[in-house]
Amino acid sequence: MIYIAMATGFLLILIGFYGALTNRNLLRMIVAFSIADTGVNLVIISVGYMPGRTAPILDASVTAANAIARIIDPVPQALVLTAIVIGVGVTALMLAYALKLYEKKRTLDIAKFTELKW
Amino acid sequence: MIKRFLALLLLAGVGAIFTSLLLAYVPDTDLNLTAHYYAQHAASDIGAANIVTAIVITYRGLDTLGEVTVLFLASSIVGLVLSFGQKRNTIQRNLVPVGELLTTASNYLAPIIMLLGVYVFVNGHLTPGGGFQGGAIIASSMLLLLLTDPFKQFSHALISTLESFSGIAYVALGLIGLLLAGSFLDSRILPNGVLGELISAGVIPLIYSLIGLKVGAEFTSMLASLSETEDL
Amino acid sequence: MSALMTALAIVLCIAMLVAALVAIQVWGDKSLPIAVLASGLVSLLASVLFLILASPDVAMTEAAIGGGLTTFLFFFVLARIRSWEKGESEYSGDKHD
Repeated sequence: MIYIAMATGFLLILIGFYGALTNRNLLRMIVAFSIADTGVNLVIISVGYMPGRTAPILDASVTAANAIARIIDPVPQALVLTAIVIGVGVTALMLAYALKLYEKKRTLDIAKFTELKW
Repeated sequence: MIKRFLALLLLAGVGAIFTSLLLAYVPDTDLNLTAHYYAQHAASDIGAANIVTAIVITYRGLDTLGEVTVLFLASSIVGLVLSFGQKRNTIQRNLVPVGELLTTASNYLAPIIMLLGVYVFVNGHLTPGGGFQGGAIIASSMLLLLLTDPFKQFSHALISTLESFSGIAYVALGLIGLLLAGSFLDSRILPNGVLGELISAGVIPLIYSLIGLKVGAEFTSMLASLSETEDL
Repeated sequence: MSALMTALAIVLCIAMLVAALVAIQVWGDKSLPIAVLASGLVSLLASVLFLILASPDVAMTEAAIGGGLTTFLFFFVLARIRSWEKGESEYSGDKHD
């Protein structure tokens, strides 16, 4: 199952990059970046998984004594928790900029923004 | 056509790198050293039943402080960028007024959803959950109020006061940990208690409650800034 | 039992890839609201896959933030841009800044 999830994550990253490279509408590019974000998080979580073990939460069946033999790696989950929240912050920022750009230029086509070209 | 072909070529190259990574990956059969240490010592040192919470708040607490800072930065920039160049008159929008059924239903549902959010972040050290999830649920209840009443204005002063107070209290708890227990953001200034009770794991429930309030206030201010953009 | 979980994981992964292809306009309908809904579907299926991979914290976060707030932010900005487009196409005259 690790390989299935990791391959899906890598494919989602490639699909997201393809969408960001070939679309010209700003909002479609932001959707593609959001998909690539989800793919990266999937790859990181699939690295921490070990078959036959369960989630890193101590309760009646996974006590503190046999935790070492029963739980999976908890560090990738802490990293992905942070990554998801920062991903949504960056997406909100991109959308605010897209709104302001449309207000000034009346178009969402990225080929029309040529002020920084020589 | 050329652009599409070049993009596919670049992606084929990146895909080849990914394939080599995938084929060379050998999964572990045992926990590595870091995870071994965390699994062994989390229950006795920290007292939290949710090991991911113990890692996020105490073992890797500086990362969480950085993430809270990044989220604060994002929400302030969204508010700044969207209000730049706007005139300060009332919002004129010709929208159909909402019926009474929708208003009453949303006024009943919003406090219940907020209660679920508070439950999720208060019990973050016992069950899956925590400050970020609880804050997102609280922001969804504010979103419900915003969707059913488009003329609703949130008081920005209240949201920013709540957010600043939570942030200052979080850093203050970290400094108190430095003074009383020996290291920044140490959670042992309150006693550890019994594993599995609500009042246990030191200062972790307090920190997660503050993070939950701060994240909920930040998402709400982002949504409120977006909804107050004027018509052209 | 484990074969069932693996079969479920394969079905979810195939559904996620199809939804991602719809979201970037390679396959299926070409309108923007459908692309945003497809990206919300990718987040939702990823949240279920996180649960199968034994990470309940991450599954809850992805469902609440990825599937809820991000999709709503997209639709909000889309609706605002549409209303601006409609507003300026009805306006026939010079625009003063």
